[in-house]
Amino acid sequence: MNASSLQHFLAMGGYAGYLWPAYAVFFIVLLADFFAPLLRRRRLLRELRSRLARKAVRQQRQAPTPTEPA
Amino acid sequence: MMSKWIPLWLHKLGSPPTFYRFAGTLRPWMLALALLTGAIALYGGLVMAPADYQQGDAYRIIFIHVPSAWMSLFIYGVMGFAAFLALVWRIKLAEVVAMESAPIGAAFTFITLVTGSLWGKPMWGTWWTWDARLTSELVLLFLYLGVIGLYHAFEDRRQGARAAAFLALIGIINVPIVHFSVNWWNTLHQGSTIRLLGPSTIAPGMLWPLLTMMLATKFYYLASLFGRVRTDLLDLESGKDWVRTIATGSTHQ
Repeated sequence: MNASSLQHFLAMGGYAGYLWPAYAVFFIVLLADFFAPLLRRRRLLRELRSRLARKAVRQQRQAPTPTEPA
Repeated sequence: MMSKWIPLWLHKLGSPPTFYRFAGTLRPWMLALALLTGAIALYGGLVMAPADYQQGDAYRIIFIHVPSAWMSLFIYGVMGFAAFLALVWRIKLAEVVAMESAPIGAAFTFITLVTGSLWGKPMWGTWWTWDARLTSELVLLFLYLGVIGLYHAFEDRRQGARAAAFLALIGIINVPIVHFSVNWWNTLHQGSTIRLLGPSTIAPGMLWPLLTMMLATKFYYLASLFGRVRTDLLDLESGKDWVRTIATGSTHQ
């Protein structure tokens, strides 16, 4: 594909100003939809880990003879 | 025999840790299929398909607009069905599937409205008109947002899920209204050109990229849903042993 045919493609018969924003919205919305729960999952696991760590410290302080959970 | 093992199999899949693993295994495959079919559909729609004799290249918005519109209704159907299961049998997984379908459905409905608007401006001369098809699709977006809002409005997540499932179930009335609106009322919006029964009134070179994109959005929905359901299950079951194992073990899987 040479430069002029690429330009022709991008121009979309004069409708580029409508067509490419439509495709951009499609991809941006779906990307956001896809990554939002993955970020939330990472945050959840991090919070859970720190909660478990705090709980472990508390249990060790209360019981001088540490009982190791399986 | 069948009636004995099928419910058992379903029952097992319905248990959160089993479904978490099941969804985790399938999710990358669904995503890969979505990207592959999506890329083929984009090439077919943007490069290979001929320009329309009336609309020129503007019609190429169809390849994302129509699959998104189909998904906005399809996902509502899945959400309504899962909401029904959740309300009648109080299945936790059904609640999660219903509640996590709502944001994906809302995303597709939003895309449908925006791409339709961007298509309407050069073709109809207006971004928006209050006709039956456009208005009922906007109502669909509000129903999705209502379900999401109601779900998060309750302190107790499961109580919120039940209230939102009830709204989702009532709102299913809107799905046939959206679908048949172009037949029932006079509208600027064109009628359907793709028919399950009888010949479609669309050129084959335009039809196959459209159907391939439809397939891509279906795969995408499953990939997104699996990711969302996994996250929600971790949240809902954060006190359980299986979640603790995942949290303290490797950060992945």
